[in-house]
Amino acid sequence: MATARAEPSVIRNAASGVAKSAGKQHRQSTGDPAFKWMTILCAAIIAVIMAGISEELVRNSHLSIKQFGFRFFVSPKWNPVTQEFGAASSVFGTAVSTAIAVLLAVPLSLAIALLLVELAHPVVSRFVGGAIELLAAIPSIIYGMWGLFVFAPFMAKHVQPALANTLGLLPLFQGPPMGIGMLTAGIILALMILPFVSAVTRDVLHMVPAVLRESGYGLGATTWEVTRKVSFRYGMSGIVGAVFLGLARALGETMAVTFVIGNDHTMSASLFGAGNTIASTLANEFSEASEPMYLSALFELGLALFAITVLFQIVAQLWLRRLGRTMGTR
Amino acid sequence: MRSRSLVRRRLVDLAVKAVSGMSAMVGLLFLAWILYEVILRGIGGFNRAFFTKLPTPPGMPGGGLANAILGTAVMTALATVMGVPIGLFAGVYLAEFGQRGRVATTVRMMSDILMGTPSIIIGVFVYTLLVVPTKRFSGFAGAAALAVIMLPVVARTTEDMLNLVPNALREAALALGAPRWHATLRVIFRAARTGLLTGTLLAIARVSGETAPLLFTALNSPYWPQSLRHPMPNLTVTIFNYAMSPYPDWKRMAWVASLVITVGVLFLAVFARLILERRRPR
Amino acid sequence: MSDGSRSHNVFAPLVTARDERERGETSAFGPLPSKVSVRNLSFYYGPHQVLFDNTIEIAANQVTAIIGPSGCGKSTHIRAYNRMYELYRDQRATGEVLLDGENVLSPGTDLIELRKKVGMIFQKPTPFPMSVFDNVAYGLRLHYRMSKSELPDRVEDALKRAALWHEVESKLDRPGTALSGGQQQRLCIARAIAIEPELLLMDEPCSAIDPVASAKIEDLMESLKTNYTIVLVTHNMQQAARVSDFTAFFYDGRIVESGPTKKIFTNPAQKRTEDYITGRFG
Repeated sequence: MATARAEPSVIRNAASGVAKSAGKQHRQSTGDPAFKWMTILCAAIIAVIMAGISEELVRNSHLSIKQFGFRFFVSPKWNPVTQEFGAASSVFGTAVSTAIAVLLAVPLSLAIALLLVELAHPVVSRFVGGAIELLAAIPSIIYGMWGLFVFAPFMAKHVQPALANTLGLLPLFQGPPMGIGMLTAGIILALMILPFVSAVTRDVLHMVPAVLRESGYGLGATTWEVTRKVSFRYGMSGIVGAVFLGLARALGETMAVTFVIGNDHTMSASLFGAGNTIASTLANEFSEASEPMYLSALFELGLALFAITVLFQIVAQLWLRRLGRTMGTR
Repeated sequence: MRSRSLVRRRLVDLAVKAVSGMSAMVGLLFLAWILYEVILRGIGGFNRAFFTKLPTPPGMPGGGLANAILGTAVMTALATVMGVPIGLFAGVYLAEFGQRGRVATTVRMMSDILMGTPSIIIGVFVYTLLVVPTKRFSGFAGAAALAVIMLPVVARTTEDMLNLVPNALREAALALGAPRWHATLRVIFRAARTGLLTGTLLAIARVSGETAPLLFTALNSPYWPQSLRHPMPNLTVTIFNYAMSPYPDWKRMAWVASLVITVGVLFLAVFARLILERRRPR
Repeated sequence: MSDGSRSHNVFAPLVTARDERERGETSAFGPLPSKVSVRNLSFYYGPHQVLFDNTIEIAANQVTAIIGPSGCGKSTHIRAYNRMYELYRDQRATGEVLLDGENVLSPGTDLIELRKKVGMIFQKPTPFPMSVFDNVAYGLRLHYRMSKSELPDRVEDALKRAALWHEVESKLDRPGTALSGGQQQRLCIARAIAIEPELLLMDEPCSAIDPVASAKIEDLMESLKTNYTIVLVTHNMQQAARVSDFTAFFYDGRIVESGPTKKIFTNPAQKRTEDYITGRFG
């Protein structure tokens, strides 16, 4: 829950950079220098950790990078016996499961945010909002347990056969309905990022000035028309930022995915098929990797994941800062 | 020009409203489903043995996960002791000293990125940092990994809460001649204490449910916690191991452990929120 | 209408009398037709009543100014005309507001049709986050289906009638927010009149704008009233005296006095009106 809540402050901070109180500037800087240095030190620790993570990942991937080069990212082979490793299936799995999650979660999140801000009675809003936040508080491993023992069998018994019957002509929905697999993983991921994206979107919608919405209504627009053409437009950068943050989240999600994705180093054309993600591969194989090359390949996977999540988060921050500028221009 | 159909516009509006309602329902439905299953499948084993006995080999009844509960508690407590003070002070730096400066902005961004870094990567990092050089998995490494996860969360919420304290308060303390550290720790912290407490509780709630960072640091163990320099039993990795095992009674244990974790985490989170709501400054 | 039967010794007129203003009284054929008839309008924020039995006739194709000290309910009053308060849960109105004979407060009123007939301009200019062209076109696109050539024509027409065309004709693609304050407000006026309302509600439209730009908007009101009925809430008495044909004086949620502007300003019937106009309070 700290995650769904603390991050919205990212918006407020980016957006209110303009509004930070000038009063603090005039404060006297007298005071205990040791205290100040201690706080600087603690803040620096964060930077040191980030640098440390990067450094360790790069250093330990070195062996693998030297051995495989760029082929690493396009080779689907993953063979600990012959010591041939390739990231393609993991990257593919990460991408597909995340894509499913985002495609499912974003429209739902926007709809829920709309409900909470414009449509529902304040009491209902609080209750529903609180319940959605509880979804964020549930630990990943619980999603994994529920996913493996409850949801996957449900998918296998009811949902997948139904999909196969209706859309089975598409290669996406062919193959045995095992329950575990890419689609199930994607759905569970969607559930996990839903509270997050909707919380941020809700905050964005709250920031649209009332007079702007009233102007829209005053011209005779319906609620949806005002939302679509005024509120969403106004907060678009914030919403895009939220989506990127959700994306970054889904990319790194480990335990829930590990339980239900099947952990197979293949790239299946069907959503019913098993696969793996970078995170799930790390979770499953890291403690068993004894040979240096195997370990190094895993580190390289980790480096790739780290790099991608950092990249997406930076992009998200930039978008959120744009929102701040939209609001600053008045 | 022709008028656009009002009926149609209204229908679209209505459809969107319906979709919004249904989306919320979907979310609530899943939440209810998950909680229901966790309670249903875990409550059976919720007995005294679970909280007091050590695990028994599969097939033998009467075991418990007391060691894992203790181990999780120990590591969470240690992580809190390590992560919260550093996070607090980092937050103080961001709110009180750095503010909008370049260094602070950079640190803030890094803190956000660290917060969003996959916890398994953090586990791998602590592995290289603490496990490899000492050649042992340890409870300490596990706690360190959890502390790294808590750090940015505490830092950001501290910054947010301190920013809510009005400047007038700061200036009043300093005007009385208080040194900076005194003003901050005694006056400003006190003013923000509810928010700071909530932030800490939420961070604790978050890490107590984490699994991935413990996989390669604290590992797991079927015995009582030995020392911080040895693998430490914990609930989350146990759930992972037991769930993946072929033994039905271990799987049942995994559900009980899941229930314990869920109840603990949700309680903490809801409790933290309630304190914040209750004692909000007028 | 004023009940003034007492003759009053007038204090110095604050305004330059314009002969045309005489027509603010009845025409040779009887009283001017009413666009809006307000009967016993009361308004509540939750349990708190803020408007008390407001009754007034708003003459068609005239400018009616609503003046009074801040917080006395002027804005609240006109927001009842287009049911803008519906957006907020605990606000409600009782009584009748008859627009062309039909009560807009009745539950059966179609709000979208109502707001097509009643336009609103706010205190702070509210350009939408889109281009100048799209701002003006917004209402047109909402309600009408037009050919590709018709839309630009109508946008140009609205901008001309809002006396903004020449200033923006080369900037139609720039964002609405890139214009100056006075221009933004005229943009909002263009946007509102593009859909041909019959009644224009202007809630202190010049309060956030410099005097030169305000003067332009005041001239605009004079030309707009041939086609629209205008109700203007204003803090600025000189503006009310310059621009309006009728004036209503509000105090504490009640209409103290209303009538032709010239009469209100030179020969008010109520002492309170006189006090306000001479600056004894407010």
